[in-house]
Amino acid sequence: MVFFFQNLVNALQWGSFYALIALGYSMVYGILMLFNFAHGDIFMVGAYIGFGVATGLTMLAAAGTLAIPNWMILVLTIIISMFLTSFVGILVERVGYRPLRDAPRASAAITGLMIGIMLETGNLILLGAQRVRFPTLIDSATYNIGGVFVTNKKIMIVIVSIGLMIALHQFVQRTKYGMAMRAMAFDYVVIPLMGVPINLIAAMTFAIGSALAAAAGILFGVAYPVLDPYMGIVFGWKAFVAAILGGRGSILGATLAGFLLGFIEIFVAMIFPSTLRDLIAYSIILVILAVRPHGFFGEPYSAKLRL
Amino acid sequence: MMLSVENLTVYYERIKALHGVGFNIDEGEIVCIIGANGAGKSTTLRAVSRMIPAAQGSKITFQGENLLKYPADKVVSVLGISHVPEGRRLFGNLTVFENLKLAAFARKDKHAVEKDIERVFSIFPRLQERIGQKSGTLSGGEQQMLAIGRAFISGRRMMLLDEPSMGLAPLLMMNVFEALKEINAEGATILLVEQNARLALQFAKRGYVLENGSVVLEGSSKSLLENEDVKKAYLGG
Repeated sequence: MVFFFQNLVNALQWGSFYALIALGYSMVYGILMLFNFAHGDIFMVGAYIGFGVATGLTMLAAAGTLAIPNWMILVLTIIISMFLTSFVGILVERVGYRPLRDAPRASAAITGLMIGIMLETGNLILLGAQRVRFPTLIDSATYNIGGVFVTNKKIMIVIVSIGLMIALHQFVQRTKYGMAMRAMAFDYVVIPLMGVPINLIAAMTFAIGSALAAAAGILFGVAYPVLDPYMGIVFGWKAFVAAILGGRGSILGATLAGFLLGFIEIFVAMIFPSTLRDLIAYSIILVILAVRPHGFFGEPYSAKLRL
Repeated sequence: MMLSVENLTVYYERIKALHGVGFNIDEGEIVCIIGANGAGKSTTLRAVSRMIPAAQGSKITFQGENLLKYPADKVVSVLGISHVPEGRRLFGNLTVFENLKLAAFARKDKHAVEKDIERVFSIFPRLQERIGQKSGTLSGGEQQMLAIGRAFISGRRMMLLDEPSMGLAPLLMMNVFEALKEINAEGATILLVEQNARLALQFAKRGYVLENGSVVLEGSSKSLLENEDVKKAYLGG
């Protein structure tokens, strides 16, 4: 039982990463009917922006210019990096996807792949092939709760992630922009007839998805402080799986599927040799998809792409 | 003249759908465009609401301004021209109330919006009964009411209506057209497109007949109802 809870804690942490990234995938897919395959790399860019912001703030604090504690630096890093990374998302939408909005979906999909490669190699050129180390902002502390070892970082990661997910849910359900996003996911062609600027909502969707990916990147950096330019690829694919598994555009679906992915991976590794982890984990996902091809909360739909 | 359309030409891919359509509407009028399936009626409305591009040489003027310089959302929010599209196209995942609220997206006059929503409910009391219901679960008639209500809120200097009678039982159809008359009496200019020519000509003061992407006939509804060609082609003999 202790063993189970120990793994549960790890699963929650990995699920948080997957879910945060999956949300951006799912929102863009739901609202704009396109797969943003650059999203995993936006997670990477977010982590690096976080690295830059955190390093800068740490230096300022060390020099005495900024008298704030480390946890405050972390909070500021998350907020500033989410803000900055949202502009990366807006830029990607503007130059990569907007010109292709009425193009065949396959063209938009390869755009994502190309932008992803550009972000990876751009990072290589900018910072070199060396891995960078995310500054340590909180000292590790381990608590023993009935035999289960929980670190303060894991608790923080899960709480911040769930907090962001709740905030996103509130935004989408309660604001007029969120309402426009939900409407656009249903039928994006007629959105302008409501007086809603389609480009604004598209940019906003990318901005929010990218900000969440940045949060995931920083939280990842806190837990596993070594960053490299290709870190986004595997995360991107796994989050993409979670987004589809959750159902088109479903926030709850992407969240649950993200966590489910974390659980399956961790628990498969608990039972089987870890080399078999992904093979078995993703076979399970395949079976789930065969039973529910539209994912958990996706509805069969007929896309109306013309007025 | 409120809206003037000259030489409106539209291509779908390479196929010419409209061959220089021209018509105009005065403020406060109800005007209809009738024609067979595929004549270009819906295309004309879509071009006016900027949902599809008009080819070079087309000219659309609204209250003296060049309408073609506005993108679709600004045609609604700045010029006040709303468009009830073919098939209504409600947001089925949103409630009745949310559909109405969304139509007010670009409006800053909160109090006026509240009043307008109340007005929609007074015109269509059925909608108020269904206020919290997902619009996808409404009946055909209720959906048409909501589509018109949505247009009423988003912009009603001019309303473009694409086949409001479609799929409605006769009694409901009369309800809807009575409501439209009321809305018109309150100042909305209406451009209506209909396959049901008799209904459209009874409702509108003037009409245009569209055939293969061109206006072939125009005149008062009375004269069109009495025209032999119109009778033969659109009024069943």
